[in-house]
Amino acid sequence: MKTVIKNGHVIDPSQELDGRFDVIVEDGKIVEVGENLATNGADEVIDADGLVVTPGLIDIYVHLRDPGFEYKEDIVSGTRSAAAGGFTSLACMPNTKPVNDNKATTLYMIHKANQEGYANVFPICTITKGQKGTSLVEMGDLKLAGCVGFSDDGLNVESGDVLRRSMEYASGFDMPIIAHAEDDAIKCGGVMNEGRVATELGLAGNPWVAEAATVARDLMLAELTGARLHVCHISTRRTVELIREAKARGVKVTCEVTPHHFTLTEEAVRGYDVNAKMAMKEGLADGTIDAIATDHAPHHIDDKNVEFNVAANGLVGLETALPLSLNLVKEGVLTLSQAISCLTDRPAKALRIPRGTLAKGAIADIALIDPEYQWTLDATQMKTKARNTPFDGWNLTGAAMLTMREGKITFQREK
Amino acid sequence: MAFSHKHIIGTQQLSREDIELILETAESFKEINQRDIKKVPTLRGKTIINLFYENSTRTRTSFELAGKRMSADTINISASGSSVTKGETLEDTAKNIEAMNADVIVMRHSCSGAPDYLAKRLTKSSVINAGDGAHEHPSQALLDLLTIKEHKGRIEGLTVAIIGDIARSRVARSDLYALKTMGATVRLAGPATMLPPGLEEMGAEVYTDINEAIKDADVVIMLRIQLEREGGNTLVPTLREYAQFFALNTENLKLAKPDAIVMHPGPLNRGVEISSYVADGSQNVILEQVENGVAVRMALLYLLAGGSDEE
Repeated sequence: MKTVIKNGHVIDPSQELDGRFDVIVEDGKIVEVGENLATNGADEVIDADGLVVTPGLIDIYVHLRDPGFEYKEDIVSGTRSAAAGGFTSLACMPNTKPVNDNKATTLYMIHKANQEGYANVFPICTITKGQKGTSLVEMGDLKLAGCVGFSDDGLNVESGDVLRRSMEYASGFDMPIIAHAEDDAIKCGGVMNEGRVATELGLAGNPWVAEAATVARDLMLAELTGARLHVCHISTRRTVELIREAKARGVKVTCEVTPHHFTLTEEAVRGYDVNAKMAMKEGLADGTIDAIATDHAPHHIDDKNVEFNVAANGLVGLETALPLSLNLVKEGVLTLSQAISCLTDRPAKALRIPRGTLAKGAIADIALIDPEYQWTLDATQMKTKARNTPFDGWNLTGAAMLTMREGKITFQREK
Repeated sequence: MAFSHKHIIGTQQLSREDIELILETAESFKEINQRDIKKVPTLRGKTIINLFYENSTRTRTSFELAGKRMSADTINISASGSSVTKGETLEDTAKNIEAMNADVIVMRHSCSGAPDYLAKRLTKSSVINAGDGAHEHPSQALLDLLTIKEHKGRIEGLTVAIIGDIARSRVARSDLYALKTMGATVRLAGPATMLPPGLEEMGAEVYTDINEAIKDADVVIMLRIQLEREGGNTLVPTLREYAQFFALNTENLKLAKPDAIVMHPGPLNRGVEISSYVADGSQNVILEQVENGVAVRMALLYLLAGGSDEE
């Protein structure tokens, strides 16, 4: 099977490619990227005129809810949602049921994605058994099974000793520790950013220190142990500053931001402040922030349609991440190539995911993007099972028009 | 002037005209409560449900009497817990009540925002917030304003000190919005642990020394300290120390204007946030607040459920 993608604007930050090229895909691999390539012998020729051709997008922070919470999402619906957003690879969180602290669950996820899914799934396993914060998982064996990093997702590892030992042990296998940085004692039941809006609404506030203080500890432990640390969904100005400074000192740290953290403020989702939103953009612009990741968190309407303080946290993001990221290009925060980089090679590097490039011989995961495509999000038409998005009804610009995984089309937008 | 609101969620949404109309209406109803036969037919045939997810004696009784004195059928439902613990969702419970054609649902809930959540989902019934978490308690603020107005003849230009656990007080928030709307100066005071960020932006003056807040005030409102919370948190070391620094007593009350009035939403913790000498002293108007509460709630029920086409 040979496919030629003609006349596209190829942007592949992994090779610093940015120009009008053709791409030849054969048997699921990239054979050549070049100018005016011949189409003879091709089974299919895709005209990409007016489209941007990039490596398939990579989201290193998603919840697929499978196994255990399939009423919210499963690997098939979640990866279908990913494909519709231009994504071909996902790193999925271990807060499933059972918790993914074991080889069997890891293999199940990878296998199901390969058999029935629309994107590659790279599991993130817990740091500690049962997410209990006390004893380490079998990190070496899990790496062999296909795990790409460790996170006690949703829970901070409270014990500094356990975190230190996990970093030391993981570094021996060249595996990253992914920090969910939030000091529960400082957070003290807070349900939104502490400040005027929380005070007005009478909701318990969560001060910025709960995140930043934990990030400070984690960065120092990474410095001490030499481990790779990835800080997920950062949301405070101080966090960006701490990571910027640590990177300058040579600490092996990467981090990510979610589209909702650089798009919305607490006035809209009651969670994040305007100052933080500016800091996120500054961190993206100067490269401190490596990746844009969605924290795609599907929830059933029954988990959301309750009183605010008991409602499930989070929102779905796979189908809106690309247009929201492209807004950063319009605002002049990032160049188009930098934005694509935050969604392809840089997240791939953070977790050593062997994707995110159109280099010769690479697996042909490709996205064809129309950066000017105008559309309105209708939550009921999303591919995810969930409907929890704050962007319902928003007019968005930019979308994946075609998504390809290992040379096979996983999504094609109806014009 | 017509009343434009379908629900009463908070004083934050009420304009000066709204508040004036409510207070005038309440003043006209006060006389009914002093009659020998305390009943008028104004809301005959109307159904009012008191849906209380949190314990209350004063507020629930006050709303119940307000409805009954206007001849409405008033039913009390004591529910417990949130959707999560209870099994049935808040929305389902409320929709069942609405399906029985309740005209007004008076609701108290421990979760901030619950009445607003409900108001957005009901199509027929009006919702009155009788206190939600640390968010708002509008009928309490309105009865406070009525009491202040009766004593001072005005609200504009007055200085009102509100002292206590501001962070977790829905009364403080509702009082702040209503008093600011009516042109008063509002001072909020208490230990720094009980003063959340953003209060200045919301229009208040903030003090950690209650003497400064009391100085030259026209009105001093003391808030209840929740005794049951003392041991389980780090907000105040002991009630003994709280009483030493943050209680209103005959000494610090002298800092206020000589004709200042003392208010408290109740129930009182005598000897904690207020000394008995002050609570029972000549400047206290605490029971007048309670009396005005019935009139204000009659006014709210009338403005939401009354004046319909049958009359």
